[in-house]
Amino acid sequence: MKQTNLIFLISIALFAFACNNPSEKKAIKDVDATSIPIDGEMNAELTSPPLVPKPIGDRAAKKLIVHMEILEQEGEMANGVSYVYWTFGGSVPGSFIRTRVGDEVEFHLKNHPDNKLPHNIDLHAVTGPGGGAESSFIAPGHEKVFSFKVLNPGLYVYHCATAPVGMHIANGMYGLILVEPEGGLPAVDKEYYVMQGDFYTKGKNGQPGLQPFDMQKAVDEHADYVVFNGKVGALTGDNAITANVGETVRLFVGNGGPNLVSSFHVIGEIFDKVYAEGGTTINENIQTTLVPAGGAAIVEFKVEVPGTFILVDHSIFRAFNKGALGMLKVSGEKNKKVYSGELMEGIYKPEGGGIQEMPNAGEAPTAKIATTVAERIEMGKQVYSQTCVACHQANGEGLPNAFPPLAKADFLNADVNRAIDIVLNGLTGEITVNGNKYNSVMTAQNITDEEIANVLTYVYNNWGNNKTEVTPSMVKAVRNKKK
Amino acid sequence: MKFNVLPLILILLSNIAIAQQSTKTVAIKGGKYIPLYGTDSSVVTVKDFHMDIHPVTHQQYLDFVIANPKWKKNKVTRLFADKGYLMDWTSDTTFSNTISNSPVNTVSWYAAKAYCEYVGKRLPTVDEWEYVAMADETKKDARVDSLYNQKILSSYETPKTYLKQVGKTNKNIWGVYDLHGLVWEWTLDFNSVLISGESRKDVDTDRNLFCAGGAVGAKDLMNYAAFMRYAFRGSLKANFCIKNLGFRCVKD
Repeated sequence: MKQTNLIFLISIALFAFACNNPSEKKAIKDVDATSIPIDGEMNAELTSPPLVPKPIGDRAAKKLIVHMEILEQEGEMANGVSYVYWTFGGSVPGSFIRTRVGDEVEFHLKNHPDNKLPHNIDLHAVTGPGGGAESSFIAPGHEKVFSFKVLNPGLYVYHCATAPVGMHIANGMYGLILVEPEGGLPAVDKEYYVMQGDFYTKGKNGQPGLQPFDMQKAVDEHADYVVFNGKVGALTGDNAITANVGETVRLFVGNGGPNLVSSFHVIGEIFDKVYAEGGTTINENIQTTLVPAGGAAIVEFKVEVPGTFILVDHSIFRAFNKGALGMLKVSGEKNKKVYSGELMEGIYKPEGGGIQEMPNAGEAPTAKIATTVAERIEMGKQVYSQTCVACHQANGEGLPNAFPPLAKADFLNADVNRAIDIVLNGLTGEITVNGNKYNSVMTAQNITDEEIANVLTYVYNNWGNNKTEVTPSMVKAVRNKKK
Repeated sequence: MKFNVLPLILILLSNIAIAQQSTKTVAIKGGKYIPLYGTDSSVVTVKDFHMDIHPVTHQQYLDFVIANPKWKKNKVTRLFADKGYLMDWTSDTTFSNTISNSPVNTVSWYAAKAYCEYVGKRLPTVDEWEYVAMADETKKDARVDSLYNQKILSSYETPKTYLKQVGKTNKNIWGVYDLHGLVWEWTLDFNSVLISGESRKDVDTDRNLFCAGGAVGAKDLMNYAAFMRYAFRGSLKANFCIKNLGFRCVKD
């Protein structure tokens, strides 16, 4: 990165400048935000994620009127899974509020008449007891107004603070309020709003239907879902955020919690700048930044190459098993110098056994040979539980979108020789099993013909499959054919 | 002919009887218990009383309004009921048939109190209400049962339960229906447990004066359902009329 050297030089120059003029720097810090005068009033633009309102630019401080409606409503948590969310403005996270230092915010909080519960709002950007919570406690069908002056620039979380506080937050009652410094943040090309949250449902992850909140799991901090923007897939596929090559992207990243801290990372990018914890300190060249529960960070990076960049909580099981996954799709010209793209792909097979085979030390015990189908199934079960279960799961159910099922699997039952071949030689690329597409890699399994026969017989004789018996000689036939 | 007339008369009579009848009550044997907001030294004693077996319905409330015109929605004093008062009624004395047997909602505390007095009863206190509401089908105090808590909690999360009909939930061991699952209910002293609106702050010692406290003062931190009721009551003013809030009466 040539940019780094330049920034370094500028930093040195600035440092020297600052050293020569200590009074000047101090003067900037000493501006008393409470005394910034306001000039006129305006209605705040509020946006649902992933969008953010227009930058404040160089506008003067104003009286900023915010109308926020609280809605308790059913929404989709994941495919086939719904949840009653409690929301600020009808979205999780709630509407994004954009202010500048010195603004006097007149906050109208409305609790929809159909709602069941009282609510309030605690804005971390507020200087005052409870962050506004006490003056905003409001019954269904009513409205409260309170006002505050924003004094400190930064990116702040707001959330509901009504008892039981944890439950209100767990149901989605959080969002972000940005306080820009005088003159605004430096201009960038794209800005987006991403906020992580953890959810606790009675049924486990993926269990369909309307799932109620599970307070025990919440107390135990055992999240079923960890997601960006309130649901699985809020930022993937057609909902992905976008940018063009050469643009600078700024993400306003928040974490509503209620429990988990986020290790926010974008796969394939390095953050050129991170406003650490949403404050004023800028850290540079960061791979992963910590976003505390009830905290935020602003990250910026220039996208140099096209492709899909994955936003994750790098506590990685949350990303791939609980939903904390988003996408940034960058379009434009490829830059082979920055990234060559794929040069070759193949299945990696260690030559000649190598590390995967232990050297023969003394006399190896002779493996037992199955003599009946029942024995074959029994021994196959052992092989399955050592070799296959991690991906295909205990009952052959597989993992949606990652590993195809073996239970009642049309692909499996259609062709036994193909199945043998896959175990022997691995399989890469797209296949369709029971109507669902899978595109991943299974490596060749380094096990004996006897073991392959046993494990396949076990699989074929379980979970509604067609009860084929696979013998070592069938495996041998396929193996020889390949050679 | 005789046979045809007799049932007709009976039907007419029974209609009149139902129209004028207030809800049946059951006896509640008093006792001692520790409410959510209390310590071992603040055991609450509840005397014997009678409680309505289900919340007051729209139909029953209509009878009251007809007999007491000052409680018609177009005549009511704003001081005693805010603009939400009977908002789903189509006029002073009409509403959709579908809700006649559902709990009356959007009524203020003043209105609920006046109704109970009209039928010779009164509103229950928070202690009385919570005492009966901690029972399930088989136990007088089911609060330690996580399933009991979970069930109540999920009903609080279900929208529009105020449209359900009364008397369809399982009756508890006292023979009382619908304490959970339909509407919140007004209590005589709904504002006696002070929740300031800043739920995390209500832990200061000065508030112990009121046996209050938001979290640390609470007896059972897992009883989220009770938290929600106390928080809800804390958000109320006596003239508020809310869709998910109804009431029932008791008598000594």
